[in-house]
Formats: sequence, C-alpha cells, structure tokens
Amino acid sequence: MLAVERLTKRYADGTVALSDVSLTVRAAEIVALIGGSGCGKTTFLRLVAGLDRASAGSIRLDGEPVLEPHAGIGLVFQEPRLLPWYDVAANVAVGLGRVPAAERRERVLHALEKVGLADHARRWPRELSGGQQQRVAIARALIGGPKVLLLDEPFSALDAFTRASLHEHLLAIWSESRPTVVMVTHDVDEAVKLADRVVVMRPAPGRIADEIALSLARPRSRASPAVEAASRTVLKALDRSLKAAQKGPEASAAPALWW
Amino acid sequence: MSDAGLSVAAAEDSHPAAPTGQGARGGRARWARPLAGLLLPVGLALGWELAVRFGLAQGRLVPPPSRIWETFLRLADTGELGLHIGVTLWRVLVGFGAGAVAGILFGALSGASPVSRRLLDPTLQALRAIPSIAWVPLFILWFGIFEASKVTLIAVGVFFPIYLGVGGAILSVDRKLVEVGRAYRLSGFALVRRILLPAILPEAVTALRSGLGLGFMFVVAAEFMGASEGLGYLLVDGQQLGKPDQIVAAIIAFALAGKLCDTVLVLLTRPLLAWQDVRRERL
Repeated sequence: MLAVERLTKRYADGTVALSDVSLTVRAAEIVALIGGSGCGKTTFLRLVAGLDRASAGSIRLDGEPVLEPHAGIGLVFQEPRLLPWYDVAANVAVGLGRVPAAERRERVLHALEKVGLADHARRWPRELSGGQQQRVAIARALIGGPKVLLLDEPFSALDAFTRASLHEHLLAIWSESRPTVVMVTHDVDEAVKLADRVVVMRPAPGRIADEIALSLARPRSRASPAVEAASRTVLKALDRSLKAAQKGPEASAAPALWW
Repeated sequence: MSDAGLSVAAAEDSHPAAPTGQGARGGRARWARPLAGLLLPVGLALGWELAVRFGLAQGRLVPPPSRIWETFLRLADTGELGLHIGVTLWRVLVGFGAGAVAGILFGALSGASPVSRRLLDPTLQALRAIPSIAWVPLFILWFGIFEASKVTLIAVGVFFPIYLGVGGAILSVDRKLVEVGRAYRLSGFALVRRILLPAILPEAVTALRSGLGLGFMFVVAAEFMGASEGLGYLLVDGQQLGKPDQIVAAIIAFALAGKLCDTVLVLLTRPLLAWQDVRRERL
C-alpha cells in the first residue's frame, strides 16, 4: 500500500507546488492523477519517486518511508530518456540492481517480451520509433519487479493509435504482476480507460479537488454508455477545478479573448 | 488485448530502422568528388614543374615537386628523416600525454565540483590568456635547453583545449539522463561509469584531437628555440643553409605525422562512439 500524508512541496523561490495532499493507493490499484498544468501532478510523482524531498508530510510504501529512489518503485518519465550509448537490452538492464550475468540476460529478455520488443534487444534506441522507445522505458521500470509503477504522462507525446496500443500493453503487463500504478495524465479518455480511481487536481497551490471511483469492468470500450458517463463526470470535475482556479487574477483576462 | 490494439502494435513494430541514405548514389560520383578536390593542387604542381623544366622560372626559392620528392627520398634513404620524425613524435607524445592527463584531471575537477571550479577556473583561465610561446624564456631558465623545456611547452599548449573541452562536456551533460541514473539508484561510481563518462566522451575526444593538433604546433616552436634533432630542426637548418626543398620536405613530413597521429586517435576512440546518432560520418 502506498500512503501519502499531508504532502507539501515548497520550492526555494517560495512557490508552493503542492499543498497538503493526502492519498492512499491500495495494492494493485490503478490511480490516474488528472488536472491542468501547474497543479503539481509531476511534482507529486517526483516526490513519490524519491527524486525530490518533500517540504512537509510523508510518503510510505508498506509502512516504509520513501525519502530517496526506492527499489520497490519504478518510474517512467514523460520522455523515454533512454541512454543513447546502450542498446535496448542494456538500457532495460539499467533498471536492475546487481545480479549475475545469466540471470540478467534472462530477466531483460522477459521484460522485453512483456512489452513485445524481444527481437529488438540488440538495436540502438535511435533506431526505434517513439512508441517503441517508451515501451523500452516501461520495460526498464518493470524489470526490478516494483510494487509501485509511476507513470508521468508517458504517452502524451505519441499519436492516438500508438497511445491506444500502449494502453493495451500497459493493462496486459498490469494484469500479469498487478503492481500499484499511479499515472499522471491530462487526457480524460486515458484516465477513464485505465484507472480504478481518478484523482482530479487543481492549481495554485496544487491540491486534490475531487476523487472519482470508476468501478467499470475491463476491457473498457470508449463507446460504452458507462464509460461515456464516467468521462462526463471526470470532465465536469475537471471543469470545476479549473473554474475555481480562474476566479483569481486570470478571470479578468478571459473577456479579452473575445475581440 | 483488443483487435485495434493488436493491429496498431503490429504496424508500429514494422517501423523501419533509420535508412542509410547514401547507398543510392552511384559508384562513379563517389570517386569523382574527391578527385575534383585534387584538381587544383595537382594542376598547380604540374604547372610549376613544367615552368621550371622549360626554363620559364628558376625554381631556386620555390623548388619544383620533383626536387622536393628527391630531397624527401634522399633524407629518407640516409635515415635522417626517420630519426627526425621519431624525435619529434616522441616529444609530441610525451608532451601530449602529460598535458592530456592534467587537462582531463583538472577538467573533471572543474566540471564536477562547484567548489574546485570556483577555486581553479579563474586562475586557469587567466593562464590560458597567456600565449603559450611567451613561456619559452622562462621554461629555458627553469628546465634548461634540452628536452624538459620542450616537452613542458608542448604539455602547456595541449593542456588548455583539453581542460576546456572536458570541463565543458561535464557541465553540459543532460540533467535528465543523470536523473535516470538517480531514479534507478546507481551508486556514485556506477553513475560515472554508465552515464557521465559515455555522455562526455564525444566532446572529450574532440578536445583530445584539438589538443593533439596544438601539440604539433608547439613542437615546432619548441624545436625552433634550439634543437639538433627533430623536424623543426630540419626546418631551421633548411632556412640557414638555403635549402627550400628540405624545408618543404620537412613540412610534408609534419603533415603526414600529424594526420597519422590524428587517425590513430580517431581509430582508437571510434568503438567508444559507435552509438552516436550524428548526421555527418566523420570530420
């Protein structure tokens, strides 16, 4: 279980990126964090990944505090961030700690099979398409067998078809080892397609505006009425959170757009 | 997995590797282009040769190619050329080695640690502003007129481009890739070996190559200031005895030795840089 309590992040220049965020994610649950820009989604994920230190509050994985990158937490960045000087297999092996060479080969191959890239092991990252590179990054995050998989808008740079295929890949992988998944997204369809729970965030300072549980069966088709209804609910919650944010100084700027 | 997902995944898998591009061009064009570059120098040489042969020019101060070639062969035959090249190469290699080691070391310090950067860099930059040849009198006073002062001068000349290149390369390492290393809990040493070192290697190799080039520049200066052996000595000797053919032969030997060393350096480092995704093939 991932337990986040009263998490606050204040940057050195005084900006409060995240204020008092509490969130408990059950094992094997998929949570989508959604919200406009500047509402602290990425900040939240970086704190949970242990890349940054929180100003206040705590993050615990099965009771153990997370203060720096943790073996039980795998992270996929917004960009693939593969190391260009390693081939695909060596890039995946970066996610593995110190293990014997034979076991390493086997686990790398298995991780690549999971993302459907087993015959690309000897390729350079530059020879892969964007979607393939992101799949390598997912394999790298999965190879250590993490309890929690963090995804930071991992599919935002991809076209709609590739994104749809990666959603399927992700769900297939999830159903095999069933890690806890926390993913940041700005795409309502993506959130509704994948998540058990959608957490809507609002900006200035970043905090949780709303939580929507989605108890829909998988696989989910976008056309089904239940999924459509869920999309509308999430959109409405998102709208409310953005309107609340705009009541500040930005409200006066809105009429100026009508010229 | 849904049908749509499967078919899309298949389409994505067939995405081709980067095309090689140059393969389509015909074989003749590949040879014709470098040959076009030879037209001007070969034409000039041939013209001069003919002009001297037919008595249109004296060719005393500017010897025709045939005489240069003769001198070159004669020097090679007597073993003189080999001796001078050997001595010059040895000086360059020792000076380059010392300068490169120091440059890499200080470059790494300045690049990696803000404290040592603040302490070291201003002084080194100030020293860099001094034309290296200006050190010659001091080095002769300190180290005598033999090898030590020459090698020191070369090392100083080699040091600065390598220091700048390595330090700059470390400072410009992609923060995002370093973060990957942190996210996957690479220890300090593993982080250096698997991320920092490969990341700075391309720039470091370029720095080493420009350092080596400067090494050859400074070996001439060093050998001008008094030497009884070396290609620089051949140059001075040719000037004092009025033998322009010997000077040009020595210059050609310099060009060959410099190109040879650079090629060796490139070949040695090529396997380390095979991953690079660059437009041009080589420089």
